[in-house]
Amino acid sequence: MMGRKPYIREVSKTTWWLKHPRYMNYMLREVTSLFIGLYTAVAIDGVWRLQQGREAWEHFIAWTFSTEAVFMHIVFLVFAVIHTTTWFNVTPKAMPMHVGDEPLPDAAIIGAHYAGWVVVSVLALLIAGK
Amino acid sequence: MAKSHKPIIWGLFAGGGMVSAFVTPVMILITGLAVPFHLISREAMSYDRVHAFASNPIGKLLLFVVIFLPAWHAAHRLRITAHDFGLRQDIPIAVVLYVTAAVGTIMTISALLKM
Repeated sequence: MMGRKPYIREVSKTTWWLKHPRYMNYMLREVTSLFIGLYTAVAIDGVWRLQQGREAWEHFIAWTFSTEAVFMHIVFLVFAVIHTTTWFNVTPKAMPMHVGDEPLPDAAIIGAHYAGWVVVSVLALLIAGK
Repeated sequence: MAKSHKPIIWGLFAGGGMVSAFVTPVMILITGLAVPFHLISREAMSYDRVHAFASNPIGKLLLFVVIFLPAWHAAHRLRITAHDFGLRQDIPIAVVLYVTAAVGTIMTISALLKM
């Protein structure tokens, strides 16, 4: 039996993350998944239309010129970049690396990821644009 | 030790997070913004060129990886994020998200195999 009433802190289940900038940063990082998911749905739609044929694909490309599609893709891009930077910034914790017995400095691990990101992005754009 | 499906979901989440981090921003640029903003020509994204890319076995594999892994990453992370926003019906949420990712994966495979 409890001798006294335990203290229970009242915490909102839906708005707790508004209480501290650190919690807001956490939520910003986690909600990137919503936009990665939505963009992936657009990409699947694109592949599906490509398989349907020339006309369906042309419709898809024409749609990307619309104001709402441009707006959507800018929002997707902003959140995708937030995902990339937050993901890379925790890589030293998620997969610490060693050279011999020496731990690799955090900056080296993070820097290597950023360098790889730039190379992949530039190459992809160059290949896509011929 | 009891068998668990967790390592599979976790592997898809981590692998998908890494693939997304490297390629999703540039994919968004290529498929959504580069043509309207004249970074690349409309011909570069013409039906013939993109279809040829998706018909090539390496192109197919690349497209599959950059679509299916981020889909599973997003599904798993959204499940956790729903909990953080106070939605405590974990099982129905998990079912909806994983089924959506599975349907997307199957659509991607079947579309790529037809080209």
